[in-house]
Amino acid sequence: MNDKKWIVLGLAVFLVLFLSPFLYNVLIKGAKAAPMPEVVLTEKAKAAKQCVMPTEFMRANHMQLLDEWRLKVVRSGLRDFTNAEGKTFNMSLSNTCLDCHSNKADFCDRCHNYASVAPYCWDCHIQNPQGETK
Amino acid sequence: MKSSRRRFIKLAGIAALGLGAQPAIKAIAPAAEHGSQMQFTQSPNALTAKQWAMVIDARRFKTPADLEPMIEACHKLHNVPHFTEKRHEIKWIWETHYHNAFPNVPNRFISEETEERPYLVLCNHCQNPPCVRACPTQATFKRASDGIVMMDMHRCIGCRFCMAACPYGSRSFNFVDPLKGLVESEINLKYPRRMKGVVEKCTFCVERLAEGQMPACVEASNGAIVFGDLEDPESEVRQVLRENFTIRRKQNLGTEPCVYYIV
Amino acid sequence: MLELALKGSKAYWTWVVALLGVIGAGFVLYLGQLQIGLGITGMSRDVSWGFYIANFTYLVGVAAGGVMVVLPYYLHDYKAYGKVTILGEFLAIAALVMCLLFILVDLGQPMRGLNVFLYPTTNSVLFYDALVLNGYLLINLVVGWNVLEAERNGVHYQKWLKPIIYISIPFAVSIHTVTAFLYSGLPGRGFWLTAILAPRFLSSAFAAGPALLVLLCLFIRKTTKFDPGKEQIQSLGLTVAYAICINVFFFLCEIFVAFYSQIPEHMDHIKYLFVGLHGHGALVPWMWTSMALMVIGIILTVNPGTRKNETTLAVACALIIAGTWIDKGLGMISGGFVPNPLHEVNEYAPTPWEIGITVGVYAIGALVLTILYKMAVGVKEEVRA
Repeated sequence: MNDKKWIVLGLAVFLVLFLSPFLYNVLIKGAKAAPMPEVVLTEKAKAAKQCVMPTEFMRANHMQLLDEWRLKVVRSGLRDFTNAEGKTFNMSLSNTCLDCHSNKADFCDRCHNYASVAPYCWDCHIQNPQGETK
Repeated sequence: MKSSRRRFIKLAGIAALGLGAQPAIKAIAPAAEHGSQMQFTQSPNALTAKQWAMVIDARRFKTPADLEPMIEACHKLHNVPHFTEKRHEIKWIWETHYHNAFPNVPNRFISEETEERPYLVLCNHCQNPPCVRACPTQATFKRASDGIVMMDMHRCIGCRFCMAACPYGSRSFNFVDPLKGLVESEINLKYPRRMKGVVEKCTFCVERLAEGQMPACVEASNGAIVFGDLEDPESEVRQVLRENFTIRRKQNLGTEPCVYYIV
Repeated sequence: MLELALKGSKAYWTWVVALLGVIGAGFVLYLGQLQIGLGITGMSRDVSWGFYIANFTYLVGVAAGGVMVVLPYYLHDYKAYGKVTILGEFLAIAALVMCLLFILVDLGQPMRGLNVFLYPTTNSVLFYDALVLNGYLLINLVVGWNVLEAERNGVHYQKWLKPIIYISIPFAVSIHTVTAFLYSGLPGRGFWLTAILAPRFLSSAFAAGPALLVLLCLFIRKTTKFDPGKEQIQSLGLTVAYAICINVFFFLCEIFVAFYSQIPEHMDHIKYLFVGLHGHGALVPWMWTSMALMVIGIILTVNPGTRKNETTLAVACALIIAGTWIDKGLGMISGGFVPNPLHEVNEYAPTPWEIGITVGVYAIGALVLTILYKMAVGVKEEVRA
């Protein structure tokens, strides 16, 4: 078999392609990360001090929490959520979450854009239930 | 060579199993961590029943205009789009003729009044729903708590098996983005819209029942539609059923529809 | 073995490139459908399944039809079919690939398709359909590939294949039975609510599948050095003859039950298809054409003179393929949805866009079939030489 050189060449091309994003960062752009996103809290959110769960938890797990809420509301018919502090909330993205965080562009989108995720929540859930643009 | 290949396949199989289980574990993990701190409950003022049911007094609706307020209330509230293209039509509750609502009931020579008045049709929230039997993902399911046949819009894959299974034509499919059939300024911001590619239908206004309100059509009917618990002998629905002769749509199919009609 | 599909004449490559072109065009159309939604099709809330599901149903039949060569060879030790079993198995693979693609393009939310396995629902026929279709595809891939490879190496196929081959026979029956159950278990759809639907599907499958095989065998003999054999083609022709007769017989049983009992729910759909209902009858000419094609097919295949003549047999097979396709592809699905549950007549016709995507899926199937057959024929030629 004298296909060896072709195999090596193929592997090399594959490796270069595979590593191209990293190489691009290291060689051309310099290893600089994109700036951390900064989320803006509305007055209402600031006044509330804490979200339905601690900030750390929300930052890491809000998607799982929302999914859990969704399951409970749609499938079990349970609509009230009570957290460790004993505070009760209506489990609703449109009517609870976005009531405080009515600034989708400066709150939700900033992190989502940074992480390059495009959740389709907004296809159905109105971004701004009060119609305000704060 | 042979044994190593076999071992590889075995390992790959185990790895695949592990990967398959991972999302499930991940989804449970945060809830488990904070599980003791979280509580999910029904709102204290929610209306509850073992099996919700509806009695429509068709005698009280003489013309299509009499039905308009109910259809309007429902479709406005739930952001049900309106399309001029008939193929894309979506309806949760609508009016139809006697022989369409009850195709195997009509006798000849019945009272003109009965035959000519319009009839309100919607999802029957059957006690033995064929759509639930058909759904391959449990995206449509019968809620054990109150008997409502619900749709999980996030799980529906849009196969439309439920539409073929429903003997009442109660289900609609979002053939295009429903936003195209809605007037932006008239959207009810408190209720979600749907996305293209999923099936939707009447939900007996679960969101209103949860807040202690009657369904929108019941509220708009001036008492011509009675709503209540079919399993509670003391309920208004049961009382109306005791006192009036009622019929149901295609009850011969064994689906046990929960919408009754006084004709 | 795949390398055998890389060596071919100019005609072969032209065909492959042409198919790739059609596939590309179909894919672009599909991207459009993804963007806009299934609104680009002719489907509506009344006829909620259309051309895609109809073609899916037809192709499940073609896939199941392959068993008509596998069964006699492995169960009855009918040696002559040894030469052509691989053609039946590979035809099944191509047909199943198309089936799965038709389901995919029919989904409103294809990205969620795997929910079927994520939330397995044992009361849904669609769940079982997904299981048996994928299972049958896997079985045919494993069996077809290994048996062909063994033949190439001049050895007997592996022992562990035997039980899988036996399993493949009931599996073939199951794919079309379960597909029929999708329709026949639905209350309120009088046209499908009949216990004979699954047998009827099977009989049309066992006519259409082998008929297609006959045409493919004749084509292979003409264009390659591999001759599937005169006896084999004749036996397949006989299978087609029996199956198409049974198919028409089952259909007449349906007609009897509907029109002697005179239950409107059962009569109305058949009336819509064959004479029109409330002034609507878009499918009437199609259905009569289908009947005529099948009857001519019966005459040509049952009559020994015309069956033994390969030219008339080929014509008969083509007519039967067309006839059963119209019957199942156009009539079976639309017929069940018209009139709708409220006894309103809203007709369905596929849009050009929808047909374009359908053609694209068929092109993928044709490409899969081309490559697999090229391989199979290559091995056969090698072994002979």
